[in-house]
Amino acid sequence: MRSNPKALTGLVALGFFVLLAVVGPWLAPFDPSMRSNDLLQPPSPSHWFGTTHLGQDIFSQVLVGTRSVVFVGAVAGLVATVLSVLVGVSAGYLSGSAGEGLSALSNVFLVIPALPLIVIITSSLPETSNLTIALVIGLTAWAWNARVLRAQTLSLRRRDYVEAARANGESTWRIILFEIMPNLTAVIASGFVGTVLFAVISEITLAFIGVSDAGGWNWGTVLYWAQSQQALTQGAWWWFVPAGLAIALLGTALSLVNFGIDEYVNPRLRTRSSTRGVRMRVGFTPVLAKESS
Amino acid sequence: MKERILEVRGLNVDYGMGPESVRAVRDVDLTLHRGEVLGLAGESGSGKSTLAYGMTRLLPPPGIVAGGEVIYHLDDGTTVDLLRIRDADLRRLRWSEIAIVFQGAINSLNPVQRISTQLVDVLKAHSASTPRARLDRARELLTLVGIASDRLNSYPHQLSGGMRQRVMIAMALALEPRVVIMDEPTTALDVVVQRQILRTLVDLRERLGFSVVFITHDLSLLVEFSDRIAIMYAGQVVEEAASADLYRTPLHPYSDGLLQSFPALKGPKRELSGIAGSPPDLRMMPSGCPFHPRCARAMDVCGQQTPVLGQSRAGRSVACWLHPVSVG
Amino acid sequence: MSYLLKRLGFYLLTVWAAVTINFFVPRMIPGDPVQALITKQRGQMTSEAVRSLYVLFGLDKDESLASQYFSYLGQLLRGDLGMSFTFFPSPVADVIGDGLPWTVGLVGITTVIGFFLGTAAGALVGWRRGTWADSLIPVTTFVSSIPYFWLGLVAIALLTGPGSFFPASGAYEIGLVPNWDWQFIGSTVQHGLLPGLTILVSSVSGWILSMRNMMVTVSSDDYVTVAHAKGLPERRVMLAYAARNALLPNVSGFALALGFIVGGTLLVEIVFSYPGLGLQLFQAVGAKDYPLLQGIFLIITLSVLLANLLADVAYLALDPRTRREG
Repeated sequence: MRSNPKALTGLVALGFFVLLAVVGPWLAPFDPSMRSNDLLQPPSPSHWFGTTHLGQDIFSQVLVGTRSVVFVGAVAGLVATVLSVLVGVSAGYLSGSAGEGLSALSNVFLVIPALPLIVIITSSLPETSNLTIALVIGLTAWAWNARVLRAQTLSLRRRDYVEAARANGESTWRIILFEIMPNLTAVIASGFVGTVLFAVISEITLAFIGVSDAGGWNWGTVLYWAQSQQALTQGAWWWFVPAGLAIALLGTALSLVNFGIDEYVNPRLRTRSSTRGVRMRVGFTPVLAKESS
Repeated sequence: MKERILEVRGLNVDYGMGPESVRAVRDVDLTLHRGEVLGLAGESGSGKSTLAYGMTRLLPPPGIVAGGEVIYHLDDGTTVDLLRIRDADLRRLRWSEIAIVFQGAINSLNPVQRISTQLVDVLKAHSASTPRARLDRARELLTLVGIASDRLNSYPHQLSGGMRQRVMIAMALALEPRVVIMDEPTTALDVVVQRQILRTLVDLRERLGFSVVFITHDLSLLVEFSDRIAIMYAGQVVEEAASADLYRTPLHPYSDGLLQSFPALKGPKRELSGIAGSPPDLRMMPSGCPFHPRCARAMDVCGQQTPVLGQSRAGRSVACWLHPVSVG
Repeated sequence: MSYLLKRLGFYLLTVWAAVTINFFVPRMIPGDPVQALITKQRGQMTSEAVRSLYVLFGLDKDESLASQYFSYLGQLLRGDLGMSFTFFPSPVADVIGDGLPWTVGLVGITTVIGFFLGTAAGALVGWRRGTWADSLIPVTTFVSSIPYFWLGLVAIALLTGPGSFFPASGAYEIGLVPNWDWQFIGSTVQHGLLPGLTILVSSVSGWILSMRNMMVTVSSDDYVTVAHAKGLPERRVMLAYAARNALLPNVSGFALALGFIVGGTLLVEIVFSYPGLGLQLFQAVGAKDYPLLQGIFLIITLSVLLANLLADVAYLALDPRTRREG
């Protein structure tokens, strides 16, 4: 990891957001729902990100909202990862109709458009909380990783050491836990990070169309109010810019971590493309001008 | 003295740059004469493929040519240094002068294009001709290597491994190059197909008169099919001789060991022994002769000083302290 | 051909799964949403409509779950998606019929253009690795992390307003009657430009990244080195050898990612008040219009499956290895 600046940058940024999620509500200068007489004020020293039409402090809303975003991302990511490992590894390891069935199941969940599915489920729920939203996202977003894991497991299953373990009569569970799983760590990690990103965007999108934790704040609810109160036509750019940038930054951090993992898994992607002014090219090997060493 | 066609002088090839770089080919000199089959042998990791791709500048990243010259003698008597000419000139020289048959034909053919497209591609890039003439030539080439010309419209996955390798050979001969480099051309094939393909090659070479650099770990093949053999160990040429001489009297203990690892095809039967140990880690080369830790006949000097490749007797070059060289 | 048949079978399975989800989800709603609706409409509903709503919501107490399920399937087969609450007494099918062409036009066209543009750019960036082109990667990473709808908000804030060429909302000028004359078509294009560009910018960056990675991976395959050794012109090596092969996983990726992309693009419609399925979805969520929600979900799923089928056909045409003679 230390030799991987992308992943390191991503991890540091990610750590920052997690820290905000923990301490954000204490750091917030105002109660995010508290109204005041400073209606629709642009950013100022007392309201860093300005105020809403009700005089609420947007800085506090974004700060407090971080917790919900990180919580939903983490819980949904965990649920989806556990499901994808269960389904994907079994589908790859089990032969015959059981494996085929599980693989078809994940393909079905993959092609059904995720967001509309999440919308119809969440809007049918009697009440929506951060937890239920996270669970719905987690229960619907596992298919992509399950597919990747199945493919990986299939190829691992044919490796010599796995065949050898099987020939030795080791139990299926031992083989999966000790021979296969350790080789899937990077893929699972990358899947987790990808799902967290998807969950964060989904939660914010849901909040933006009006499905969110009752009374709670997240970056999407900030945007929901900005949209429904016509922040745009009133020129109140401060109302939607901070929340959007926060999403983009968190998203970039997660993508960077995943790039790091990708490069770890696929060495061809590692940027050794130009070192010391020499451009590495396929088809035309660079020739050093002078003898080195 | 025969006419020289390709000369490698002091070639160094590295993987990577800076402190983590590894020298995979070290100060190699090699000469290919017109019409000759030069064999390049060594265990895997000895640098023989790296040498071939380095001198043609086809080595993929992180390979780097760190120094040396590769002199090519053109038909008109002029010479060019392949490492110093412009990309466009190199592209023109490639395949029309020097063609390559790569290791593993399975991956050498583009899986999504027809054989015809891939054959015609070469003709189109290097010569002005009509599409009709190019297709005729492609058909002719397939027949040349013993494939029915109705296979022209096949995709690579529809051909067997042996057929694919034949297609690659046909492709290599498309522009009647003067040099053909063959990197383990038959390794992935079964012995029968291997022999068939090599027979075809020998016939073609006699008819068309190109020179061959033949790279393989299978020294018995070289003894049979090549005129001269260079043995590589840890990135260096350790012995070079006419194949018959090398087969009868290998001078370097490593050559001897290699010969012992294969059953003899002709001549008296020998006991197979092989070489103990494994090639050195290029990042931690032993001092002195790189082979001395594995050498049964190592002396004190072997661990201290590196022997240089030189003439030991007429026509024989070897880098070994057992065979003192006459400088020159 | 057996490949396509297998895919078709799979799509049928998926349709069945989507329908079944649609059947069971409303059964989780507590209370009696139909009664609430009848009250809201103050008895303007025909008894026929009320009955069909009860079937839709599975509140038909006299029937078993199985027979409910079959009468639900029967309704769907007749194209009956129920009555919309918000657009009462319009049937859901009619409401969706109004919105679908706009969505297909906007989301469909821009998604396809985005895929082609992004793939082409990604191929170039991947091929030119180690040059200035690498500096595009952080930019595209950042852009692809931005939710589509937020980019739409920014676009509206920056590019629309009094005197701007770009209208901030709608699909055509208010007052025009939809027909095929130039004035209407011109107005449609003008209104579609900004939402279209928004979707394009967000979706292109994802394709650039994936195609670039595929190019980098494929570039070190043997046949690309062989193509260089053959002395082919650089363009030929890049297009016919590297990009042609890198395209394959990107096309199957396109099919798989479609379900994700469509969700994001629908949101752009909301921001631009574009009268497609996305805006209807938004309205349906707000009004708790379950029949409309379900109808939209079903239609989007069907459209995505259709697009998937097209991608399969494209893949079949692109990869000779999936074709089987006879």
